[in-house]
Amino acid sequence: MSITIYVPCDSSAVSIGADRVAKAISKEAEKRNITIQLIRNGSRGLYWLEPLVEVLTEEGRKAYGPVQVADVASLFDANFTEGGAHPLYLGLTEELDYLKKQQRLTFARIGITDPVSLEDYIKLDGYKGLSNALNQSQADIVKAVTDSGLRGRGGAAFPTGIKWNTVLNTPSEQKYIICNADEGDSGTFSDRMVMESDPFVLIEGMTIAGIAVGATQGYIYLRVEYPHAHIALNTAIQKAYEAGYLGDDIQGSGKAFHLEVRLGAGAYVCGEETSLMESLEGKRGLVRFKPPLPAISGLFGKPTVVNNVISLASVPIILDKGGDYYRDFGMGRSRGTLPLQLAGNIKHAGLVELAFGATLRELLYDFGGGSASGRPIKAVQVGGPLGAYLPESQFDTPLDYEAFAANWTVLGHGGVVVFDDTANMAELARYNMEFCAIESCGKCTPCRIGSTRGYEVMDDIIAGKELGRNIPLLRDLCNTLLNGSLCALGGMTPYPVLSALNHFPEDFGLNEKVNAA
Amino acid sequence: MTESTTIQAALQTIITALKDKPGALLPILHAVQDELGYVPVDSVPTIAKALNLSRAEVHGVISFYHYFRDTPPGKQTIHVCRAESCQAMGGKHLEKHIKESLGIDYHETTQDGKFSLEPVYCLGNCACSPAIQIDHDVYGRVSTDTFDRIINETEELA
Repeated sequence: MSITIYVPCDSSAVSIGADRVAKAISKEAEKRNITIQLIRNGSRGLYWLEPLVEVLTEEGRKAYGPVQVADVASLFDANFTEGGAHPLYLGLTEELDYLKKQQRLTFARIGITDPVSLEDYIKLDGYKGLSNALNQSQADIVKAVTDSGLRGRGGAAFPTGIKWNTVLNTPSEQKYIICNADEGDSGTFSDRMVMESDPFVLIEGMTIAGIAVGATQGYIYLRVEYPHAHIALNTAIQKAYEAGYLGDDIQGSGKAFHLEVRLGAGAYVCGEETSLMESLEGKRGLVRFKPPLPAISGLFGKPTVVNNVISLASVPIILDKGGDYYRDFGMGRSRGTLPLQLAGNIKHAGLVELAFGATLRELLYDFGGGSASGRPIKAVQVGGPLGAYLPESQFDTPLDYEAFAANWTVLGHGGVVVFDDTANMAELARYNMEFCAIESCGKCTPCRIGSTRGYEVMDDIIAGKELGRNIPLLRDLCNTLLNGSLCALGGMTPYPVLSALNHFPEDFGLNEKVNAA
Repeated sequence: MTESTTIQAALQTIITALKDKPGALLPILHAVQDELGYVPVDSVPTIAKALNLSRAEVHGVISFYHYFRDTPPGKQTIHVCRAESCQAMGGKHLEKHIKESLGIDYHETTQDGKFSLEPVYCLGNCACSPAIQIDHDVYGRVSTDTFDRIINETEELA
């Protein structure tokens, strides 16, 4: 059997040495006169074990990690090319607890294949969803997505099928599909992983969306901070065109869909869908008033589907296995799975795709293994920079949109950032206000002015000045932002700020817990 | 050729290639910055004319987006992530060290023109915090020591 070795090309794995390890393995193999096939796969998402090197054996793929350049010679000495014993040996990859306990639907292929190999993609069930979609009516495709219960994974959790249905039923010569790949939420990286590690699944999902609603042009609005994803997407798009999966006649169906990647330019607010469309039109990313809804009058005034990467990447499996299959995962009105991203001060940081319903505590301790520093976990911010901080007393909240909403918290895009007891929540609340001030598009006054006043008040509070006056002022300001802002940037910045104040008043110089939201 | 004619020549090539795209302004600005390292103030009237926009509109777009810059950057640009996940892993300490060792603040360039320093709000490398990016290369789990080593290696290569 020829020797096949996998070293991830995922940018996070590369950020901690995967490229150097791949090079060292090639060099060492050459030196020892061993012929190997080195495949640069995506990441499995077990980042504390990256760079995770895998070797194909008769029993399956065996994992070694985290591998550094200095370990390479000893791996060869231990005959790792045949799965030999070594201190870094972890066992069969598929049997690793962290992976085995997950329900990977959207991430089914991720980390297994060479991301831009169309052959690998098709071999692992790729384009089955599109093939089914091409044999269905537009209304039936939309119905499958509606039946699946899929809700927008960007954070707003709006039912995807309803959005598609509106665009389908709005007559227009031109319609658009936009993939919102402006994954700006700190603590999130699931979109990045999909685009870097399985770009075809996003392309397939967008193609199905285009066929379903009658849109012939798609745009992926990608943040400029993701250069690796940019390359992977462009390579995959080119291959899809060459193989007839994109273009004027998709797989001989007579249906057209074209796709282009457009780069953002570092504006967080452009993750808001109307701001994103302004940006795509070549303008300042100012948030638009709604109505009109983008589904009726969106990009260049035409009916437009705007969906997040994970939403679109979940469509192929729904069309492949049926809406019911997907809907049978999850709890309550949160159907299917959510790829959660464990980040910050956590021992086992990584990607955990789970059916809705597991608790935050299970995620933090069963998967995450507690804090990286070994100190107690003080707070967890879920849902990006506009998500609330949860104290230990809320760790039993099930991962479910409604259960989170009932706590005045948000699940958002599934980012989970962990802080140990050295974190100062007042400093973090100040940062949240400052972030809002830096990123505000400036269209509405509460967000534009309120955020600046917000970090000024926080400066005074941190300095211990006139707390009796400044704490009520901060609450009043948050109330204005919450109720008076045009979009979620101003409207949700109070979530982290007020949750920090309510749950950790001692960090704000107060002695007692304050219960009011 | 003078610097200004070089800029104008590069601009013309970019504009001809991209001006007919729907919403062409951002792709053009990206291409200009990729080519020249920044979007020179002198390029604004040319871009405006080609797209039938006012100079104010083009300037407004350049100034709205954090990524576009209208001054030449240093040889390399260091982006430091300031977001929550990196803060949870000692990002603030790293940030302070970087500013002190380079002797500059954000949005500044070292006197020798080697490095520009920019903040970034998340590199999507949150599972390997704290993170920085030097040009297109992302580095994870960066300690003050690894930062010093990376900079030394970069300087040796330069």
